[in-house]
Amino acid sequence: MGIEQKLGDMGVVTTSLESAINWARTKSMWPMLYGLACCAIEMMAAQASHYDLSRFGMELMRASPRQSDLMIVAGRVSRKMAPVLRNLYDQMPDPKWVIAMGDCASCSGVFNNYAILQGVDEIVPVDIYVAGCPPKPEGLIHGIVTLHEKIKTEKLSRWS
Amino acid sequence: MSKISNSIISQMITRFGASSAEFRDETTLIIQPDQIVEGCRYLRDIAGFNMLLDATAVDYCPATTPRFHLIYHFYSTKKNVIIALRIPLNGNEPEVQTIESVYPNANWYEREIWDLMGIHFEGHSDLRRIVLPVDWVGHPLRKDYPLGYEEVQYTFNFDDVNKRKRYPKD
Repeated sequence: MGIEQKLGDMGVVTTSLESAINWARTKSMWPMLYGLACCAIEMMAAQASHYDLSRFGMELMRASPRQSDLMIVAGRVSRKMAPVLRNLYDQMPDPKWVIAMGDCASCSGVFNNYAILQGVDEIVPVDIYVAGCPPKPEGLIHGIVTLHEKIKTEKLSRWS
Repeated sequence: MSKISNSIISQMITRFGASSAEFRDETTLIIQPDQIVEGCRYLRDIAGFNMLLDATAVDYCPATTPRFHLIYHFYSTKKNVIIALRIPLNGNEPEVQTIESVYPNANWYEREIWDLMGIHFEGHSDLRRIVLPVDWVGHPLRKDYPLGYEEVQYTFNFDDVNKRKRYPKD
């Protein structure tokens, strides 16, 4: 407040470093292509032009985990795929977030058996769970917006 | 009335000791395990069934004594008929000759049967797991394999199940 009052109309805003960094992280998050099963179709639909995801800064989905910061696990994860998923999660640089999209990623959905991981939070820490089988693209967008709100309240010490 | 000519069926019965059953135009021949490769060779070369459509297995665990039935479906492209061959097998680790030398596409079908049912194929060039992870123990599609389900987490037993659930450390 002090500097702004003194400088008047010079076009300066003051804010805290934390909120600036969180704002920057929210507005240009790049998701990683991790569509495994049917939820991938809804993820593609959310990315396409009707329900646009690029208005949230997610212009493109990066196939390489080294260049992405959000992993949207869309679809059921089998026990054969689980080490691969953990490997890719480990290859993502900080800061990184995980959205478990759909019922199968959150809690194994309809597949309560030996072959499917009972929820992807058995192997990666999940920030947001989006329910639905599959969730509508609007549901995924609601999940992403909730993630943005969660990030805005994050402390700097989480990723430092 | 089956579309397969009666001579083929009667040849199979006399030469290989098969027994035939028919249901709604579909013929099934039940044959013993030691006669498979010759029977398949006869079907391919002389009877004209040049394509193996499918190979699968059924587990009738407590119900009937030959515990496994190995089922092959053969198709004749010239005459457009399908014939099924059933081989009853018993025991926990049944061994059977592979028909990969007769129909090469039986390779992956037999790998899948070994993976999920545990029927071992002698003479197979590359018998290893194809569907499950390589270090899996057990054959899941048998009737005595546990379902492997997790207790459903409702509100009233949420904390109990949560104690036993796995979470990653980071």
